[in-house]
Amino acid sequence: MIRNFAVFLLLLGLAAIFMHLMQGYIPATGLNQTAQYYAEHAAQDLGAANIVTAIIVTYRGLDTLGEVTVLFLASTIIGMVLAHGSNKHRRALQRKLPPSGELLTTGSRLLTPLILLFGAYVFLNGHLTPGGGFQGGAILASAALLLLLTDPLRRFSHRLIAVVESISGLVFVGLGVLGLLLAGGFLDSRILPAGDFGTLFSAGAIPLIYSFVGLKVGAEFTSMLAHLAETERS
Amino acid sequence: MSHTVLLTLSLLLAVAMIGAAWITISVHRVATAMLAAGLVSLFASVMFLLLAAPDVAMTEAAIGSGLTTFLFFFVLGRVRGGSDD
Repeated sequence: MIRNFAVFLLLLGLAAIFMHLMQGYIPATGLNQTAQYYAEHAAQDLGAANIVTAIIVTYRGLDTLGEVTVLFLASTIIGMVLAHGSNKHRRALQRKLPPSGELLTTGSRLLTPLILLFGAYVFLNGHLTPGGGFQGGAILASAALLLLLTDPLRRFSHRLIAVVESISGLVFVGLGVLGLLLAGGFLDSRILPAGDFGTLFSAGAIPLIYSFVGLKVGAEFTSMLAHLAETERS
Repeated sequence: MSHTVLLTLSLLLAVAMIGAAWITISVHRVATAMLAAGLVSLFASVMFLLLAAPDVAMTEAAIGSGLTTFLFFFVLGRVRGGSDD
């Protein structure tokens, strides 16, 4: 009874706060100064057709580096916590698990290459169409997820995942330092010629940087999934 | 005309999202709650698309409704395989 009353009071307080916020809300009629700068200058400065990508990779490149670092930390910690499981129950498990259905097996055989291709397409075309490294990386990882759903005992090579992840991280930071040396600053994408607006090889180093971000994000998500799948049902 | 259609669609989506969220917190089976939470993410990604943010919509669809839902199921499988509940 008292608990219900406390919840009711809390909801009432929240309602009052939101009411106050709603009353002070005036919808914006135009872009603010920063947004206006981006909208006007992104296309001619960087040659990227997708302004969102230009902001994420170049103007706010340092934030992207931070996000990738946070994701890397998360996947490392998951690996560290879950890596203690051993493989001794594996044979017993193999007998216990029922085979996955024909539909799932055949469907995953057909769909996995297509999903991988689509993920690569999304991050290679990040500067032209919506999407980019993070989305493409998540799509790559969902292909790994489909493989794990079909065969829960499938094992991915952790060495391969680690190599892909560290190389793409190194290249990402290396391209950033190159931007410091050759162009305007850290993670400046104008180290390569801008090319023709709206074609695949345009927008300087943005497609290159975003491809490596995509590979890194995909490797991180895949390593999380693989670690989760490998923990024993002890 | 198009504006009215957009508004109606957004309102429908908002109601559907609230409904799915209500199912998530009220249902007793954990698996159903997880699926309903994934449904909230899916509706949210369509909502982002209507709000002209396709980049965010892709992230939400891939991570919010795809990977997270299955991650929950992975963990549920591990928990069920452990001690009796």
